[in-house]
Amino acid sequence: MSVIQVQRKPLTFAERTYLPQVFGGLMITLRHFFGRRVTLEYPEQRPEIAPGYRGVPTLVKDPNGREKCVSCQLCEFVCPPKAIRITPGEISGDGPSAHVEKAPREFEINMLRCIYCGLCQEVCPEEAIFLQNVYSVSGYSRDELVNDKEKLYQLGGTLPDRHFKWDKKQAAASASPIAHP
Amino acid sequence: MATEYTFPENAAKAPAAAPDFGPERMSISMGPSHPSTHGVLRLQLELDGEVVTKADPVVGYLHRGDEKIAENMTYNQFVPYTDRLDYLAPLANNVAYAIAVERLAGLEMPPRCQATRVVISELARISSHLMGLGAFGIDVGAWTVFLYTFTEREKLYRLFEELTGARFTTSYTRIGGAARDVPDGWLDRVGAFCDQFLPILEETLALLTRNRIFIDRTADIGVINKEDAIAYGLTGPNLRGCGVPLDLRKDRPYSGYEQYEFDVPVGSKGDSFDRYLCRGEEMRQSVRIIRQAIKNFPGGAWYAEDAKRIFAPPKDKILTSMEELIQNFMLVTEGPQMPPGEVYFEAENPKGALGFFVVSKGGGVPWRLKIRSPSFCNLSILPKVCVGAMLTDIVAILGSFDFVMGECDR
Ligand code: SF4
Ligand code: SF4
Repeated sequence: MSVIQVQRKPLTFAERTYLPQVFGGLMITLRHFFGRRVTLEYPEQRPEIAPGYRGVPTLVKDPNGREKCVSCQLCEFVCPPKAIRITPGEISGDGPSAHVEKAPREFEINMLRCIYCGLCQEVCPEEAIFLQNVYSVSGYSRDELVNDKEKLYQLGGTLPDRHFKWDKKQAAASASPIAHP
Repeated sequence: MATEYTFPENAAKAPAAAPDFGPERMSISMGPSHPSTHGVLRLQLELDGEVVTKADPVVGYLHRGDEKIAENMTYNQFVPYTDRLDYLAPLANNVAYAIAVERLAGLEMPPRCQATRVVISELARISSHLMGLGAFGIDVGAWTVFLYTFTEREKLYRLFEELTGARFTTSYTRIGGAARDVPDGWLDRVGAFCDQFLPILEETLALLTRNRIFIDRTADIGVINKEDAIAYGLTGPNLRGCGVPLDLRKDRPYSGYEQYEFDVPVGSKGDSFDRYLCRGEEMRQSVRIIRQAIKNFPGGAWYAEDAKRIFAPPKDKILTSMEELIQNFMLVTEGPQMPPGEVYFEAENPKGALGFFVVSKGGGVPWRLKIRSPSFCNLSILPKVCVGAMLTDIVAILGSFDFVMGECDR
């Protein structure tokens, strides 16, 4: 095992006069003074956000405009501070996504509770909820900071889909000889 | 029946309380909102003029009941709470917690996952020490150091943000793996950071190491001898500063630390200046470890692929296959399945040994989870070291301890 003892050399006479430190320190300060700026003028200049950033959680639609969430409530279950509240609803009628059967009637994320942990995105089996790059949230009242379904979709927008799981399902169902209810 | 506990022969005795509290003594409260108490520590001091005759740390202002919270959620759901222990090194906490639970399951991580964990633990150590050093500098009047260390820390936070999606609350590890793999090119950026960091570190340390004002304020202040340090359960740089070469990365290697070459810095006197020197040297050693790790960064799986009842299947599979979909549902609702048993695991965190004691009765929720936080144990020696010091020295002593109340009070 390699153990090293940190060195404590006694100060030399010159060092004890403070002077070398004062000038050395000033030199460093001057170099930084004329060097590249390390700060941002924040509200005007915005930092670059790396891909995969965990900002405000949002709901997304697929490129066909279909609501992706099927209100399985897995995100509501996993959310550690219990920030999500979902009221499941039915998709009735015979629209193009009626075969999906379920969608959230209400979907609320309380941004006063959310800790941006990303677990909801991680567990969602439909890739319907994403933490995107909005990071500064403010409001005048508590109610304003509870994002409802409409706000969540507005924040989320549309993300590309690689699977179109439900379209495939519909195609498979209509191709199969067994009548589908 | 209460068991009798006798102190070992050489253990330090707590300083006797001042018997008479005459009019010449003054009692003051330092903190809980005092800039040099680094958060919400309150020191109940008793002064005789400028000299401290008694110091009682009052902790608990930041108590959130993390241990109880853990009993009410699955193992993975608790990961975000570990961020908030030592919030200056969340990645190291994530790693320690994940390894503790994996030990319970008897799970061995693939090399790529282990190497990632080593890299992030060391980056967290650097970032925590940078912050500790900067704050220490401010405490004793060296403002500039803080600005330079903060600039470097910001660069690290950019790297963390790219890896985990968040600067501060990383929540990166999962039981049996991580939230995501290392992004493309990230390791190169870590390497580039190390290259530019070393000269800046030397420059910043040079502002303090040979600085007479700093030495006058810290040398021979808050001296702790080896025996006391061990008796009070000090760990981390605070223990090594007293000359005890205990480093869990060497003594009980985990996550593949045995493959890396690095030195353990120890101090000779055990004063505040030694603790500072140890932190400085540890950052150099961390850079050494990171360089070795990224040079031969293993490929292959980044999570335990065969642990189907512990780690969630990949997203693609969940979307396309029924079996994985059900597996995902089971994992989320019931938690990663652990065998009954108990495990204690300590990791060498920037502040010292962070331990998790997990008792499981099977299933996905811990029956009991105890956190041994290094800051709490380190602070226990304050009533001893503060006595006899001047009031202004208390600030230097606290700064040199580099504690975090989020972890102490948990
Ligand atoms: S967002 Fe995803 S996890 Fe949450 S209810 Fe909708 S489908 Fe389920
Ligand atoms: S990010 Fe975390 S805290 Fe926020 S809604 Fe999702 S699961 Fe809940």
